[in-house]
Amino acid sequence: MANISIKQVRKSYANSEVVHGVNLEVSTGEFIVILGPSGCGKSTLLRMIAGLESVTAGTILIDDKPVNDLEPHERGCAMVFQNYALYPHMTVAENIGYALKVAGLPKMERATKVSSVAASVGLTEFLDRRPGQLSGGQRQRVAMARAIIREPKVFLFDEPLSNLDAKLRVQMRQEIRRIHNRIRATSIFVTHDQQEGMTLADRLVVMNKGVIEQIGAPEDVYHHPASIYVAGFIGSPAMNFLSGQISATPAAAMLANGERITLPAHVAAAHDGKLAQIGIRPEALSIVPAGSGSFDAVFDFAEELGNARLYHFRFEDLTVSVLSADKPKVKAGVPMGIKVAMDAVHLFDAETGKRLLARGIVLEPVPA
Amino acid sequence: MIERTPLLNIATHAILAVGLLLMLLPMYLVIVAASHSLQDVVAVPPNLLPGDQLWVNLQAAWEKGHLGDRFVTTFIVAMGVMTGKIVMSCITAFGIVFFDHRLKMPIFWLIFITLMLPLEVRIVPTYAVAANALLPFQTLLDLSGITWIINALSGIEVKLEWNLLNSYAGLIMPLVATATGTFLYRQFYLTIPEELVEAAKMDGAGPLRFLWDVLIPLSRTNIAALATIMFVYAWNQYLWPLLVVTDQSYAMIAVELSRLVPKFSATGGEVPKWHIAMAGTLIVMLPPIVVVVFMQRWFVRGLINTDK
Ligand SMILES: Nc1ncnc2c1ncn2[C@@H]1O[C@H](COP(=O)(O)OP(=O)(O)OP(=O)(O)O)[C@@H](O)[C@H]1O
Ligand SMILES: [Mg+2]
Repeated sequence: MANISIKQVRKSYANSEVVHGVNLEVSTGEFIVILGPSGCGKSTLLRMIAGLESVTAGTILIDDKPVNDLEPHERGCAMVFQNYALYPHMTVAENIGYALKVAGLPKMERATKVSSVAASVGLTEFLDRRPGQLSGGQRQRVAMARAIIREPKVFLFDEPLSNLDAKLRVQMRQEIRRIHNRIRATSIFVTHDQQEGMTLADRLVVMNKGVIEQIGAPEDVYHHPASIYVAGFIGSPAMNFLSGQISATPAAAMLANGERITLPAHVAAAHDGKLAQIGIRPEALSIVPAGSGSFDAVFDFAEELGNARLYHFRFEDLTVSVLSADKPKVKAGVPMGIKVAMDAVHLFDAETGKRLLARGIVLEPVPA
Repeated sequence: MIERTPLLNIATHAILAVGLLLMLLPMYLVIVAASHSLQDVVAVPPNLLPGDQLWVNLQAAWEKGHLGDRFVTTFIVAMGVMTGKIVMSCITAFGIVFFDHRLKMPIFWLIFITLMLPLEVRIVPTYAVAANALLPFQTLLDLSGITWIINALSGIEVKLEWNLLNSYAGLIMPLVATATGTFLYRQFYLTIPEELVEAAKMDGAGPLRFLWDVLIPLSRTNIAALATIMFVYAWNQYLWPLLVVTDQSYAMIAVELSRLVPKFSATGGEVPKWHIAMAGTLIVMLPPIVVVVFMQRWFVRGLINTDK
């Protein structure tokens, strides 16, 4: 059990920097998920913690001890790899017990531990098989068992579920959470699947292009995204964005077609003249008769999701999607009114992409 | 390629059969010649059916060629070349593939270039080195002036000498020193997923532990392949042993075999004893065949093992 502190960590390959000064504090027993698109540097960060990649600048502390110069096995981390990385020539039992064998644990002790760990992940009947004779889910379990048996201070996961089919992924995800609740080891889990991140994390770390965009509880990140990037990345279907300009008098953001979103006076005054992005989630919008909503948009097409339907509208040159459980019937090419749930609007600085406002701004159509 | 036309099936089998016949025909002729007396062998038209003198001829060849002693020598050399080669290739390839250092590529290319320089091409310098294995170092010392300095300071003349002629070391080492095995292993090591290396690191296995516990077990079929090739290669060596060995107790079997076929001039016009020579050939061929047949089971096992 350990806490991890990452201080101003940078990583460069040859002459390009891929991680730009990351700071992160992980407390003991916490489950952290690092979420970000492909190539944003999340694996690189994880591998620096594991010791598989050198740290170009900055410090990583595990249990308050700097580990920059320690070998991977001296750091007390166990890692679960994307492709499991099981030793193909060893049986499941040998795979699970290999770290203990290297550590010089006597055979009898090893066997006892292996069988108890194998039992805890439901592998008892497969102990004599080779990895090649297992299904993807079973291999995943072996990889987990191999990590668990070392009783590591820190668990590191690098997209361990991305090779499984959708159903098994959900099942393994729950299993990982259950195991974590049982052993409470500090864990860092890397994924690009936002659903995985939301469901697993105590705290979510959203990364983009080598920097951390936001750190927070999944709910918090969902409801208060710190930047346009996070707002667009978290949540499915993705958030709608409209552009507008902030004016102090009247205190509002002007949409391209002249319609207005009223803003609190002090916010508008502080950002007078600024270009802003207005973010609204599809579930915060509803379809109403033309003219009676916040603005009108032309219906394009709809996607059936079973419990709801996702409607795509054209507004100016943008696409606005609306998620509706009522599934109203709409004809293609017909303008409809779009109504905005007042408390669900996010406002971002168009230039820096940073969040401008907390919740609670009021949206009103301009009187004709 | 999967083709389901019966005609094509028949054609491919026919081609295979013809190829097989072409391969087996010389072998058959060897057996036929080894089983006749000298008169029958040289008779015109030639006999195409085996005779009854096989056992007699085999015994004659065994005694005349001192094949018993030669078998022992050749076996020692073949085993030496085989093990030396496997150990060396697996370690050099390990160094080239799994360690990052600046000289990695230059060293690899140096080794690679030796692929283009088989023993036959560099036989003269190799002989010079075999005559004194420390010659390169002596040359270095001479050129750098160290010899002169030592001589001037202490009056001792530095003369490094290690003669490898007429020794197992001299027979084995030049045959081991080629890049084929290193290259084979390198290609195999490159297929090992990076994650496996990292998993071993996380498990606390050091480089040698990883080599021993993971790489070597995974390369079993490679080892079997290389062992077979090197055994047969060393067993059939002719030119090099002919050159470095003057002491008959180190003579190798292929050299001896050539003596069973006396030159026309050496027999004083007599007909060479083809039946004895062919019987000798049969005996000499046996160990490589046994090795190939035995090792083949390993190749096949390696190929059908799906967990590879
Ligand atoms: N060995 C390397 N040499 C040079 N560049 C590298 C190396 N490894 C990674 N990179 C670069 O660093 C960046 C971050 O890579 P990283 O593997 O951390 O991405 P990731 O967020 O894990 O992406 P993914 O979700 O696809 O795994 C990428 O742009 C990649 O091209
Ligand atoms: Mg990655």
